[in-house]
Amino acid sequence: MSSGQEGASSPAAGLAAAVREGRASAVEVLERHLGAIAERDPEIHAFNLVMVDEARRRAETVDGAVARGEDPGRLAGVPVALKDNLCTRGVPTSCSSKILASWRPPYDATVVERITAAGAVVVGKTNLDEFAMGSSTENSAFGPTRNPHDPARVPGGSSGGSAAAVAAGFAPLALGSDTGGSIRQPAALCGVVGVKPTYGLVSRYGLVAFASSLDQIGPFAHTVRDAALLFEVIAGHDPMDSTSLDGPAPSVLDAIPMGVEGMRVGLVSELLAGVEPAAAAAVEAAAEALTGMGAKVETTSVPATVYGLSAYYLIAPAEASSNLARYDGVRYGLRVEGEDVAAMFGATRQAGFGAEVKRRIMLGTYALSAGYYDAYYGQAQRVRTLIIRDFEEAYRSFDALLAPTTPGPAFPLGAKTQDPLSMYMSDVCTIPSNLAGHPAMSIPWGSSDGLPLGVQVMAPALGEAVMFRVAAALEGEAPPAPVPAGGRR
Amino acid sequence: MSGGWETVVGLEVHAELRTVTKLFCGCRNEFGAEPNTLVCPVCLGLPGSLPVLNRMAVELAMRVGLALHCEVRPSVFHRKNYFYPDMPKDYQISQYDEPINVGGWLELPDGHRVGIVRAHLEEDTGKITHVGGGGRIHEAAHSLVDYNRAGVPLLEIVSEPDLRSGEQARAYVAELRAILVATGASDGKMEEGSLRVDANVSVRPEGASEYGTRCEIKNLNSLRSLGRAIDHEAARQIELLEAGERIRMETRHWNEAAGHTVSGRTKEQSEDYRYFPEPDLVPVAPDDDWLAAVSASLPVLPAERRDRLAEAAGVAAGDVAVLVEMGLDDLVLGAIGAGADPRVAVNRAANEVAANLEAAAKLTVGAFAELVRMEAAGELTATQAKQVLAAMLESGGKPADIARARGFEALAADALTPVVEQVVADNPDAFERFKAGDPKIQGFLVGQVMKATKGNADGGRVVAELRRLAGLG
Repeated sequence: MSSGQEGASSPAAGLAAAVREGRASAVEVLERHLGAIAERDPEIHAFNLVMVDEARRRAETVDGAVARGEDPGRLAGVPVALKDNLCTRGVPTSCSSKILASWRPPYDATVVERITAAGAVVVGKTNLDEFAMGSSTENSAFGPTRNPHDPARVPGGSSGGSAAAVAAGFAPLALGSDTGGSIRQPAALCGVVGVKPTYGLVSRYGLVAFASSLDQIGPFAHTVRDAALLFEVIAGHDPMDSTSLDGPAPSVLDAIPMGVEGMRVGLVSELLAGVEPAAAAAVEAAAEALTGMGAKVETTSVPATVYGLSAYYLIAPAEASSNLARYDGVRYGLRVEGEDVAAMFGATRQAGFGAEVKRRIMLGTYALSAGYYDAYYGQAQRVRTLIIRDFEEAYRSFDALLAPTTPGPAFPLGAKTQDPLSMYMSDVCTIPSNLAGHPAMSIPWGSSDGLPLGVQVMAPALGEAVMFRVAAALEGEAPPAPVPAGGRR
Repeated sequence: MSGGWETVVGLEVHAELRTVTKLFCGCRNEFGAEPNTLVCPVCLGLPGSLPVLNRMAVELAMRVGLALHCEVRPSVFHRKNYFYPDMPKDYQISQYDEPINVGGWLELPDGHRVGIVRAHLEEDTGKITHVGGGGRIHEAAHSLVDYNRAGVPLLEIVSEPDLRSGEQARAYVAELRAILVATGASDGKMEEGSLRVDANVSVRPEGASEYGTRCEIKNLNSLRSLGRAIDHEAARQIELLEAGERIRMETRHWNEAAGHTVSGRTKEQSEDYRYFPEPDLVPVAPDDDWLAAVSASLPVLPAERRDRLAEAAGVAAGDVAVLVEMGLDDLVLGAIGAGADPRVAVNRAANEVAANLEAAAKLTVGAFAELVRMEAAGELTATQAKQVLAAMLESGGKPADIARARGFEALAADALTPVVEQVVADNPDAFERFKAGDPKIQGFLVGQVMKATKGNADGGRVVAELRRLAGLG
C-alpha cells in the first residue's frame, strides 16, 4: 500500500487534497475532464447528459470557497458522475427510459446533497439499463454505452455509464446503484472498483426505485481508497429513508492500513462453479496473494446461494411491478392520450417502457397474483431467509468471503440481447449479497484476452471495514491491469 | 325487519386522523386549502421519494384501538396495488394481514355490543373532480385531481356484521364518532369527508344462521343517508328474494335525492390487489411503555360518561347521550355535585346551553349551579331562569346580578302574595267564577298577575296562590 501518497494511488483523494490546499483549481480539474468527455464520450456514450454549465458554476463556487480560506470538503473539486436514476434538482433524471425522458425532479437525492456538501462537482448523468434492469446497459432507451477497453463490447450494467465514465477518465468517481450486481458487475467489466454497501447504510432517498428491498447506492473509483472516501461521504443515517440504519457508518479509510494478517477468508465454492476458467483463475490467484500476506484462506460452502438467481428474479420483478406502476401519464413524464383513463395508462406504458422493463413488470405482476403469491413471492422470501442464514453460518468461520464478480469478461454488444436467461446469469455471483443485504465489492484483478476481470470481496452486514481492508490488500498485489484508451487521469 | 326477514349490516368506517402532518411526509393535514398546495415529492409519489411513518398517526390509531377494546399489536404495512388517477403511486400503503388493532367491541347507548374486526392505518387518496358529463369518470370531458388529501392518515374501522337495522347502524356510527372525537383521533365531520362510511348490507330469513349475499353501499354522506340507505337496500333485497330472484354481490351507490341505491361495479370478479409487504417501511411494534403511556392518556369515553351522568341525574343513559355528545356532561355533573337539582340542571343544559354551545365554554360550573338553585328554589321562574342563563352565556356574569338588574328578584315567594291579593280584590267577579271551578277564568286571572308583574311571576305559583286564597289548596 502507498497510503501516504494519495495523489499517486488515489486520483480522487489526490485531486481533493490539491484543490483544498490551493495547488489546483476545481475549474481546471473540471475542464480537463470535460475535455476528455468531449473527446471520447461520443464513442463511449457513458453520459445521458453532461452538466457543463452547472458543473462550471459548481467548480467556481468551490474555487471561491478555497480563495476565501474556507474548506469545501473532502471531495473538493472532484468531478463525480451520477447514474441517471439519482434525482438531481432541476436536471433531467431519465432512468434511460422514454417514460421519464423529460422529467426534472424538484429535489436532490440525499447522496447528491452529501457529495455536494463535501465539495464534489457533479459532472453529468450516466447511462444505464432502463430503470436499472439489465447487465449490459444495452436496455437504455438512448442507446448502449460502450466499454472503454473495447468499444465493441458492453460495459456491463446496469450502471454501465458510471463504470465506463470512471474507466475512460471522464470522472475519477461515480455513483451507481446495485440491485443484483449493477455496480460490481460493470466495475469488473470496466476494470474499476465498485462497492455495494450494507443495505441501509446509504440513503435511498432520491434513488428511483427498481426493487426497494435490494437497491443500494454505492461508489465507483479507480482505487479502493477513493471508493472508501466516497463511501464515507455518502454513508450514514438519513431520516428521509425509513430503512436507513441508525448509528454511525463504519469508518473504512482508517481500517485500510491494518492489512489482512491473521484474517480468515473463505472462497465460496458455489460461486466459483460454472464461471469461465479465467475468472476462476483470477480468484484463485487473489486467494494466493491473501495467503501470502498472512491471511488464512480456505474454500467453503454457502449452499443456498445457488438459489439466489431464481429468488432474485421473483423478488426484484415483484417489487418493480409495483414501483413502476406510478408511470401512468397522469402527473409527470410521458403521456400518450387514449379514449379514457385506462386506455391512456395502457398507451403511455406501452410506448414508454422498453421490452426488458415490460418483461419484468409482467413477471412481477404474475408472482404477486392471488393464488400464486405463496408459490412465488412467498417462496422466494423464504429462500432469501435461507441465504442469510447460510451466510451467517459462513461468517462464524470467516471474516470475509472471496468470489468471482462475474462469470467472465465483457461480452460483445448484442451477444446476449436475444437470450434474457444468459444475460441474467451475468449477475449470478453478485445477487446473493443483495438478497442478504450484505456489503460486497469488486476490485480489478487479472484479465482475459486483454479485458479486465474482477474479484469480489464479501463481508457480513456492516462489515465494510474488513471488506475494504481485504480489497486494499489485494489491490496492492494485483497483477498489471489492462488500460483503456484514454486511461486514467 | 318485518315479514320474517332479518337485516344484517357490517360497516367500514374510514376516519381521517387529526394529525398535524400527513401519514408519510411533512405536508400539513388540512381540509379546504387551494388544490395541490399541500403536496411534496413524497405524497405526490415522485420517483425516488420514500415514506416515513408519522408517529402521531400511530399513536392516534392506538388510542382508538384501546377505546374500542382492541388488541394493539405489532403491525406491518402492505402495498395494495391498483391503477387509479387519484393515487399518486398507483398503490396504496395500507395494512393487510397484520393490522395494528384487532378484535374489539363498541357498546351502543342502549347496551348492544357491536364487534370490531380491526382498525388499521392507511393513506388517503387524492380527490378527483370530473368535469363535464354526468360527474362520473367515463362520461367526463376531463378530470381534475387534487392531491392535497393524498397521504392523509386514515383509520379504517371494520365492524362485525352485528347491526340489524338502519337505525342501529346510525347509532353505531354516532357512537364511533363520539369515541373518535373524544380520543382526539378525528374531527368526525361526515360533511367534510373526514368520516366516510360504507355499509355491507344483506338480508336473511329470521332465525337463519347463514348470511345472505351482501351488497356494499357507498356514498353515505350523513347519518340520515346511512339509515335510509340501509333500510331501502334491505327492502330492495327482500323484494328481489320474495320474487324468487337472487342478489348479486355488487357495489351500489346511494342516491339521496332519489332515495334508492343504484348499481355500481359488480364484485364477482374481485380485483386482485397483489398485496405484498411495503419494503420502504419497517414494521411498527409499539412497546409496552408506549402502549401504557397511550392507555394512561385516554380520556373518559362516552359510554362511561353517559353512565356517570345518568346515574347522577337519575335518568336512563340514552336520555343523556346528547349532553355527552355535546360535551356538557361535566357542567351538569359539576352542578349536581354542587347541590343543584338534577332535573333542572339537565333541562337547562339540554336546552339553553346546548343552543349556544360556542359560549358554553365561558360558563362556570359555579354560576350554572347557582342559576339552577335559584330556579329550583323558586327565586326565578322558569322563564326568568332561561333569560338569565341566556344572558350569562351571552356576556357572562353572576345569575343573581343579572336577575337583580332585570328586576326579577322582587318576585321571590313572599313578593307574589300581595300582587295576587290585589288582582283578586280588583276582579271580584272573576275570582268568584274561579272559586266555582270555571276552568276558563284561571287564564284571565294569571294574565292579570303577569301584567302586574311585567311577566315575571311563575305561572304555577300564581295558580297555587289563587287556589290558596280561594280555599281550594
